[in-house]
Amino acid sequence: MDPIIANFIEENIVPKFNYWIYVILMMIGLYAMITKNNLIKKLIGMAIFQTAIILFYVSIGVKEDGGIPIISHHGPDHHQETEAHSEAGSENLKHNIIDKDKYANPLPHVLMLTAIVVGVSTLGLALAISQRIHKSFGTLEEDEILNKLRPGGHD
Amino acid sequence: MKVFGLVAVFVVGLLLLSATQDFPSWGNPRSAASDGEVSSFYIEKTEAVTKVPNMVTAVLADFRGYDTMFETVVIFIAGIGIIAVLRNFEGSDSSIDYDNDDNGAGLLARFTCSLILPFIQIFALYVVAHGHHSPGGGFQGGVMLGASYILLALAFGLSKAKRIFSERRTMIFAVVGIFIYVGWGVLCLLLGGEFLNYSVLDSILPGDAMMARSYSMLVVEIGVAFTVTAIMFSMYSNLSTRGRLSKGL
Amino acid sequence: MIWQFDIIILIFLVVAAIVSLRLKDLLGASMVFGIYSFLICLLWAEMGAVDVAFTEAAVGAGVSTVIMIATIFSTTRRSKD
Repeated sequence: MDPIIANFIEENIVPKFNYWIYVILMMIGLYAMITKNNLIKKLIGMAIFQTAIILFYVSIGVKEDGGIPIISHHGPDHHQETEAHSEAGSENLKHNIIDKDKYANPLPHVLMLTAIVVGVSTLGLALAISQRIHKSFGTLEEDEILNKLRPGGHD
Repeated sequence: MKVFGLVAVFVVGLLLLSATQDFPSWGNPRSAASDGEVSSFYIEKTEAVTKVPNMVTAVLADFRGYDTMFETVVIFIAGIGIIAVLRNFEGSDSSIDYDNDDNGAGLLARFTCSLILPFIQIFALYVVAHGHHSPGGGFQGGVMLGASYILLALAFGLSKAKRIFSERRTMIFAVVGIFIYVGWGVLCLLLGGEFLNYSVLDSILPGDAMMARSYSMLVVEIGVAFTVTAIMFSMYSNLSTRGRLSKGL
Repeated sequence: MIWQFDIIILIFLVVAAIVSLRLKDLLGASMVFGIYSFLICLLWAEMGAVDVAFTEAAVGAGVSTVIMIATIFSTTRRSKD
């Protein structure tokens, strides 16, 4: 690739690309929730909206040369350190300096982990309600349900 | 409605896109979210104060224990809500009849499932038990264990799965899970600490206060796994049979 | 983090989201939604959020697809839009 184009991508596209896609996904979900007629389609839109927000949170926690948020004392950086302190026992472990730039930010991960599991339980509840609606009205299309609910409306 | 939707989506989308200009660039370690005091504390001090290398599990089960406890309660309430919405409580329909005629999959699928099911369940238990040293924990292990029962129901029919993991047993499991979590917090209260402050438990657990926190994380993860397993299976069995618990997929 | 990998998955994500909303067959739509969940799980593993990726692989691609298909089988498979 041409170095100028590569440089342009590095400086202008890469730092913001994640956020653009999260906005696009969120808008796809919002559009589906507003305009789709079928209740299952609305729920798929809701799930897409939710994953877009989770994507935003996780993107914020990324660090440039950060690994996964699990502390490793067996990596190449820590090996000598652990060897040197091995006689002193675990008492010295807490004095090891942990470089916080080497680990991704764990806080957004924690918040989003529970959000995913709660998301599936709300999705299950919503699916149960749409099954109940199908039992009462015989359809999952929004306009037909509204037609039947209207006084004097039939079919 | 379509036009209104498009206009709303465009306006909100443009606002959000213009707002992305002010965000920190992706992967910047000095951004406000990553450089804050709380995140730095979690990264630098988690292992020193709890002896748990996986920060996510440590923050989930220890530092933010209240949050996880009520998330578990939310999952339980959603499971109860699905039963309440779908079950027909009037008439003879409410009695659960275990039909024998709901047939599972073919021979090949049954054989394959009976081969891989034990491995799925052992791996799920490993994920729960080893969650504070490797990726995993109560939520993931619980979902996998619940999915193994869903696989059992898909391959051998729901009536067979219900004979192993009946409705009553499912609900008892779900309640026991929450009870383990809350009970562990109350135990901390009884020993003179604050609710869910695990470090006072070192008088009854082997090791020092830090190891007590590590063991307590395992206990509350097991509680979470109980509830999640039960609710995932209950969710599937109610949704696939419209609440009748017979003649499933 | 590898940004080339990231961009490719993000483009696939948008495609999967649009396809799953445009399909008139609800069974197909929920299948494509399962693919969407797997792609986003891959993305989170790439960003270093292993626990979140693990949860999404078990929950989003596994259980939520299954319960959606269970609902579609007990209601209707056709959708008007």
